[in-house]
Amino acid sequence: MTALPGAVPAWHALAESGRLPDLARTIADRGGRLAALWGADGRERGAGFALHAAFVVEASLAWIEVALPAERPRYADLSSTFPCADRMQRALRDLLGIEAEGAHDPRPWLRHGAWPADAHPLRRDVPADATWPNQVEPYAFVPVEGDGVHEIPVGPVHAGIIEPGHFRFSIVGEKVLRLEQRLGYVHKGIDKRFESMDVAAGARLAGRVSGDSTVASSWAYAMAAESIAGVTPPTRALWLRALALERERIANHLGDLGYLGNDGGLAFGLAQFMRLKEDVLRVNAQAFGHRYLMDLVVPGGAARDCDRAGIDAFLGQCTALERELRVLRSIYDDHAGLQDRFLTCGILSPDLAAKLGVIGLAGRASGQPWDARVAPAFEPYDRLAVAMKLARAGDVAARVTTRFEEIDESIRLIRAIVEQMPGGPVRTSLPAAPGGRGLGWVEGWRGEIIVALECSGGRIRRCHVHDPSWQNWPALEHAVIGNIVPDFPLINKSFNLSYSGADI
Amino acid sequence: MISWSGVVAQVTELALAVLLAPLLTGWVNQCRAWLQNKSGPGLLRPYRTIRKLFAKDAVIATNASAVFRTAPYVVFACMLVAAAIVPTLATDLPFSIAADAIALVGIFALARVFISLAAMDVGTAFGSLGARREMMIGFLAEPALLMVLFTASLISQSTSLATTVERLARMEFAIFPSLAFAGVAFTMVSLAENARIPVDNPATHLELTMIHEAMVLEYSARHLALIEWAASLKLFVYSCIGISIFFPFGISQGGDPLGFAYALPALVFKLAVGGALLAVIETVSAKMRIFRAPEFLGTAFMLAVLALLIHALLET
Repeated sequence: MTALPGAVPAWHALAESGRLPDLARTIADRGGRLAALWGADGRERGAGFALHAAFVVEASLAWIEVALPAERPRYADLSSTFPCADRMQRALRDLLGIEAEGAHDPRPWLRHGAWPADAHPLRRDVPADATWPNQVEPYAFVPVEGDGVHEIPVGPVHAGIIEPGHFRFSIVGEKVLRLEQRLGYVHKGIDKRFESMDVAAGARLAGRVSGDSTVASSWAYAMAAESIAGVTPPTRALWLRALALERERIANHLGDLGYLGNDGGLAFGLAQFMRLKEDVLRVNAQAFGHRYLMDLVVPGGAARDCDRAGIDAFLGQCTALERELRVLRSIYDDHAGLQDRFLTCGILSPDLAAKLGVIGLAGRASGQPWDARVAPAFEPYDRLAVAMKLARAGDVAARVTTRFEEIDESIRLIRAIVEQMPGGPVRTSLPAAPGGRGLGWVEGWRGEIIVALECSGGRIRRCHVHDPSWQNWPALEHAVIGNIVPDFPLINKSFNLSYSGADI
Repeated sequence: MISWSGVVAQVTELALAVLLAPLLTGWVNQCRAWLQNKSGPGLLRPYRTIRKLFAKDAVIATNASAVFRTAPYVVFACMLVAAAIVPTLATDLPFSIAADAIALVGIFALARVFISLAAMDVGTAFGSLGARREMMIGFLAEPALLMVLFTASLISQSTSLATTVERLARMEFAIFPSLAFAGVAFTMVSLAENARIPVDNPATHLELTMIHEAMVLEYSARHLALIEWAASLKLFVYSCIGISIFFPFGISQGGDPLGFAYALPALVFKLAVGGALLAVIETVSAKMRIFRAPEFLGTAFMLAVLALLIHALLET
């Protein structure tokens, strides 16, 4: 095991493929979990393929690399130990042709017929601009049989302007017996695109994997790049990043709270919360020059500093938000009709959430105490003592409450950050042509975002941005069971997972 | 005997209903927007939508049968007939002998059956989902509506709406407790029947939660225009039933030509107030879970039956 330098405790280790299942079980037994799974093609360097897995073990990241042969790359299935591995394994097979032996689900995941089954676009001998004739491939949804059971296919094109995803409901009457998701409609080949970029250009792409988490993704990417370069950014830059991350969290939570009201039929909530969100975005634009804070976090620090006027605007907004949220929260809490929709709807029990490895906001609403700001508490969160907001009910109401409480906590954090933020420069330059590997691990508003980066000669060899939606999408399938069909949009919105981030 | 003034009243009333109905929908939407601090789409938006839809080419599923094509016309015609027998300006309506209060409920049911059949005709999942839910709402709402109309009929000793309204309007000012219960029941039924919050949400884009909108998803162009127009007419007709039974003051009685001059502004005023109230109800309520709808409509039915009992016990 070699320790990787940088802002978060991380280790890198090589493992033999035969030892992987035992290793996974040991990690699971010690309360660890699978954080990300990806692969790499090293054949042009005389190696074979490699399977990469990142595990969270006792508040640190363990990056396990397993060398696989160039011919017939196989590894033992991980999904029996970590159920969330299933879709990642299927994506890995589609992109690189690395197969999990003994996996129970042989269907493709990201491959929808845009390339044939024997082509693997992430392999290095496939040019980035390769195209194949588009073919329609049937996808075998799991059938549910019984008296009066029928299927409703929904999507990928929806009546509203939302991301594309297909949901196949098996229902009897209005009751959902089974939901099966099919995602991958926004697969963009981001991992492949990274390989043609240098470290600086990669930062922009990392910030665009899922636009609503741009600060979190670009911070995680910057963390990985700084780990490789052996550079510590100026302290003020780290505090600025935390400020931006908390503002991103507030903006997204506000938007979600509005939509949750709207999906419950209370359009008043949408109007009010969208107004608040818009205020947050405008102050962002005024202070940092971008509404969603894109490209603010760059390897080596922050792209720009925030002046006194910006700081004052943040503080003023904290007070205004607190006042308005107190009123709006009491309206939501006291609205019998809305609470009737929220309570006991879409329950994800803590036991099931633990089994499925659910993380982030949805995990915390089901009692899963994962928050990278609390452990490992990367700088500057080690000086801020973030209070984790946990609920155990795991229903829509719990996810709403968790959002309200996390906004309160973020407001407290912003005040503390502004108070303690040191002066000084906000950016250092990264030394040219670094090589090596680094990890980034940041708690975005949706959950943890992990970036694994490998460079040589200043260029990206392999970069994988892992969105928490990989872990949480399957949990939605379970949370819906037994609920009625018209409650699905509300349950879905309470998770609000990223399509783009997981379809990469 | 058909009087000339009656014919004039009948024609005016029908034309008014057809022309004013989209304005009422526009007014409700405008009020909803105002209540949400939005500037709103403007009062004339429904007219523009209808004009736009009539100018478009219709796209029809290849497996659509004649039911699908004719349903919009049938639904629109049903709403026309309903608009013709509900007194809005005058009670001297020659056409009202064609159908009484019971037939009115039947006319609404006929429209419902056709639109549901059309929804299932193309065979999409959402169409049948919506049709199923619409039928559930319908079979619970219709009895409650009948009970409300019966209460009014018992008070006036007639099932003809025109006669009922005429007698109610002519009565000395008297408080009927039965009508208070019936009024609450009628409001609940109207919300459900017109696909309003808390039962359905006319503004939603969430296809899985739709009732009325799910049934008309496959329609486009002139068919959709007629369905939208018919939906506006239905809201207008329901509002007018409510107004003429519970607040009939100002309606022109018999063959009084001058009465029109009072009746029209009175009607417009009452519709404006009613539309604003509807917007308030829709703004402060959340949409309920679909299986709360039977409880909601069950309550409406119970209130309507109570109204009948109260009439029988206290007012005879």
